[in-house]
Amino acid sequence: MSLTNETIKEQLIGKFGEQVSHFEEPYGMLSFESLNEINLKVMQFLYDEPGLQFRFLTDLCAVHFPGQTGREIAVVYHLHNLVENVRIRFKVFTDIEKPDVFTATQLFSAANWMERETFDFYGVNFVGHPNLKRILNVDEMDYFPMRKEYPLEEQTRIDKDDAMFGR
Amino acid sequence: MARPVRFNIHPIAADIKNNISVTEMPPGHTGEGFFATRLSDVVGLARKNSIWPLPFATSCCGIEFMALMGSHYDFARFGAERLGFSPRQCDLLMVMGTIAKKMGPPLKQVYLQMAEPRWVMAVGACAASGGIFDSYSVLQGIDQIIPVDVYVPGCPPRPEAIIDGFLRIQDLVGEERLRRRNSEQYQGLMDSYGIK
Repeated sequence: MSLTNETIKEQLIGKFGEQVSHFEEPYGMLSFESLNEINLKVMQFLYDEPGLQFRFLTDLCAVHFPGQTGREIAVVYHLHNLVENVRIRFKVFTDIEKPDVFTATQLFSAANWMERETFDFYGVNFVGHPNLKRILNVDEMDYFPMRKEYPLEEQTRIDKDDAMFGR
Repeated sequence: MARPVRFNIHPIAADIKNNISVTEMPPGHTGEGFFATRLSDVVGLARKNSIWPLPFATSCCGIEFMALMGSHYDFARFGAERLGFSPRQCDLLMVMGTIAKKMGPPLKQVYLQMAEPRWVMAVGACAASGGIFDSYSVLQGIDQIIPVDVYVPGCPPRPEAIIDGFLRIQDLVGEERLRRRNSEQYQGLMDSYGIK
């Protein structure tokens, strides 16, 4: 009866084959990765399949891996099966030069502002999002601050003398 | 063990004859039935002892301000009896706490809604300089968007420090010349912030 990580993994591989990979279970939570192009298909399958029923999007965020050329930006979805109380983590990777990922707003309304936030901080272009603009930062900001491309400190201030602050 | 009783075991009779605090008279000429002084001194005397502060409290410095308003520190002693929560009524904008860049335009709007003469006090390290938040989202000092009269250092400052800052504001208010806000220097200051 109960939904185990093994059954989820078998069903996913049975449906998508080689396109899903990197199955891990850190702290018992199933994590896997799929090709960037089929993220909606995977989530729709997890949503619709009678045995899976992952119908709640807990979280959506991005991670920047500057070292992985060609797959720098990871978009991470946390999905929850409320009936069986099982959680899984699902990742897609994309190129930072062209960070296009299909939007999940048609499937989960909760993805709307979380994708805006992810766009705001990482610049992920969610294709098909109804209102993809900055949500938390000032509108005039012309960069994506959570990317690991910048020094940690605010660069616009001029009153902090490097000699005085030991930098 | 019972707590030692420290208060009121030897109560001192209240001095009701001579304990009324009277503010000092401004310098001037006095004679029988008249007193002559500068108008700005009289206006300043009235203003400095009836400042209405507008609290703009966004974080922990605001908590210190709440302590300051309470009975223990009793901000009301300094004539700031009434907090105004409409900028149009207030004389002193007290910015207490971290101002994010996105909070900058609302803060400037609050400042613009205040009527002249108006004063601004930046309470705490964040309002004065961005403090520890040396980060992409935090305004590095509110003096980037509005002129500030008094900075109170501390993270957060104790209520005594805020009182000290308020006394400095009172000094400024008391010494304000009547035409200062019409002067070219003041206009230049406002222009440098893009106000008016």
